[in-house]
Order: sequence, then C-alpha cells, then structure tokens
Amino acid sequence: MAASAGSLENPAQQDYEQRLIQRIGDGEHEAFYQLIRPYERRVYAAAFAILRNEADAEDCAQEAVLKAFKHIRQFRAEARFSTWLIQIAVNEARMRRRRERADFVEPIDKEKNEEGSYTPRDFADWREIPSEVLERKEVREKLAEALGSLGQIYREVFVLRDMEQLSIEETANVLGISTASVKTRLLRARLMLRDLLAPGLGGAWSSRLSFAKGTKPW
Amino acid sequence: MVVRCEDVWREVSNYLDNEVQPELRAAIEEHVRGCKRCTAVVDGTRNVIQIYGDERMVEVPLGFSRRLHQRLEGNVSGSRRSFFGWLVAAAAAVLVAGGFEAARSSVLGRPGLRSEHARASDHVPPDMMVVVAEDGKTFHVAGCPFIHDKSRLRTITAREAEQQGYAPCIRCMKKYLDAGALARSDDPVDEVAGSEDPVRKSE
Repeated sequence: MAASAGSLENPAQQDYEQRLIQRIGDGEHEAFYQLIRPYERRVYAAAFAILRNEADAEDCAQEAVLKAFKHIRQFRAEARFSTWLIQIAVNEARMRRRRERADFVEPIDKEKNEEGSYTPRDFADWREIPSEVLERKEVREKLAEALGSLGQIYREVFVLRDMEQLSIEETANVLGISTASVKTRLLRARLMLRDLLAPGLGGAWSSRLSFAKGTKPW
Repeated sequence: MVVRCEDVWREVSNYLDNEVQPELRAAIEEHVRGCKRCTAVVDGTRNVIQIYGDERMVEVPLGFSRRLHQRLEGNVSGSRRSFFGWLVAAAAAVLVAGGFEAARSSVLGRPGLRSEHARASDHVPPDMMVVVAEDGKTFHVAGCPFIHDKSRLRTITAREAEQQGYAPCIRCMKKYLDAGALARSDDPVDEVAGSEDPVRKSE
C-alpha cells in the first residue's frame, strides 16, 4: 500500500520509454523529443518550485533536459524516466539557487524546528471545489501565491508529491531526505495551504461572479 | 481506539495518502463524523491535494516548448543521424520556424495545436463526436467537467476538431492518449545499459 500511493505506475509506459532510450543510445537522437514531450511542463514546474522566477526556471528546465540527453546512458531502468528527469531538474535548480545566494546562509535550524506539530488555524467549511474554479486566472494566481508563500523545504516536497505526483519514496530520493521527513513536511505544507485557501475557496472565490466569463451582468 | 482532534491533524496527510493502519483509519473516520472542525480540516486538505494536482495548475511561459526544442536542436541533432532522422528533423524545423500560424495552415496537413499544454494524439477515433468551445483549446466528450466555456459549444467529429487545432482533453480523452503511447511501442524490448547513479552533478 505504502509503496506507490499516488504514483502512476504503468509498466507498458515504462517499456515504451525504455525502447525510446535504447533507440537514442543507438544513435537515433530524434527519439529524445518523443521521450521528453510528456514531461516538459513537469520539468519546468520542478524548477519553478525552487527558483520562483519564470526566466530562471525556463533556463534551468532547458539545461536539465539537455543534461538528461547527454547523460541518458546513465539512466537506470529500475527508476521511472520521469523521476530521473525531475531529479536532474531539481539538482540543477538547487545548484543555481546556491550559486545565486552564495553569501546567504540558510536558516536551517529554524526550518528544522518548524517540522514539529502544526495546528490548523482556520476551520472554514470547504466542502467541494467546482472544477471550473481553475479556469479563472485570478484563482490560479491566488493558488500560486499561496504555494509561493510556503518555506522552501515544504514547497519542494509539496510540488514533487502533489503536483508532480511522485510517490513518497520517489520524493525522498529526489530530494535526498528520509521518507519520514517527506511525510512531516507534506503534512505541514498541505495544512498551511488549507489554512491559506479555505476562507477564500470555501466561500468568496468559488461563488461565480455575476460578470464572470460567459455570462453578462445585464 | 479513540483519537482526539490533535491526532487527526497529525495524521490527516497520511490518512488521505492511504498510509495509516486500518484500525487508525476507522478511528479517524469515527471521530471526523462527529467533529465539525476535523471535517473542515480533512475536507479542506483533500481539496488542496485535488486542486493542486490538476494539470491546469502547471502553467509554463508562452512559447516554452518551442524555445526548449530550439535549444535542443543544436545538441540533439548532432551526430549519426539516419536519413529518416533528417526528414523528421527537417519537418520539425519547418514547424518551429514557421511558427503557429504557418503550422495551422492547411499546406502542412496537420495543424498546430491551440494549446501549449496539449498533447497531440492520432489515436482518438476520427469519427467520434466531440464538443469544442469556440475560444477553447481542447476537445472533449460531451459532459466532460473540464470544458472551458460551456455557453458556446459546437459538436463536431474528432477529425474536424484536430484539423481546427483543438487538442484532446487530457482528462476525458485519457484512455486514447495512453492507448496512443502504447500503440507506438512496437519495437522489441531491449535491455538498456545503465550505470550507477542518476545525474547528480550539483550534489
């Protein structure tokens, strides 16, 4: 049960990717485009979660994809290709972040202390999400803003687990932390986001405005 | 087993990930049924997971994919290319260089897609009836909850939708997209030589 909750294991997909990788190794480099196409956006999302800047994240994503191509022979079949690719993007983004902030000492102890228990602050009722709420740009912006307000260690875990849909084990491997840390940080990230979003999405934002797209106020 | 609110808040994440023992799961469910605050916490946390897990939450800058492929061109297309490979690359270059409008023109046969997020697929049955919104980017089965603008829908065949630049909805057309990936994998399985670690240059 624990092994792959949320992880989209698909042996046939893996076989298909393995064959593409074999073809790339045999010199048919164009197969690489086919291999990465489904994951281009996820590579960007992983880079953006760490760098928080569109231009940097895009450059980082490009670099990560290039590195994946150059090192494709190092890919081991027991991992999913997507996880391996995301790991390269995460490493690349972290390296850039460190380079940028060479003179900035991370408050590691503070973040460690924050891993204790978390008490929800808001108990607004938030029963359901109408699917069309995500069609509204201002709602997506609020969600992105809430995610951006999380501390780095929580955002990384949340993005990999809940947006990239990696399993807990894969998230732990990619970030180089224990599965226990993944679970603790994930709990906190989810609860913090719920606190930030429940008052708005439970009420104000999700009620369709009279002048919302597709309807007329008159 | 009796659990308190604090226990629910500590385990809510594991509970939703199906990572708790059956006894604890039952106790949590029993508690939540009678506790308004914990109901709000569990429902809200579930909503957080669902809403951020939606593909639409990952937004890439406009032109991202095109620029990525441009950057790859010089590196990927370097050596030992087969004649067929050259043809594919040349066709890709025409598509990239020609840009969106050229790609949509009928000269090239296959139109460019309206959405940067979309995955093209040749595996949706071409005569299947689908719905499209006038300003939308994707085509759907009727009643799909991810239809962009329900007020201006047209019903056309999947073939027409693709010709007009609509891409299949990754939700309601998922089985065709997955089937497409599988249908293309017709080569024999070979073992890939691998070495020790994934690329961890930065660590």
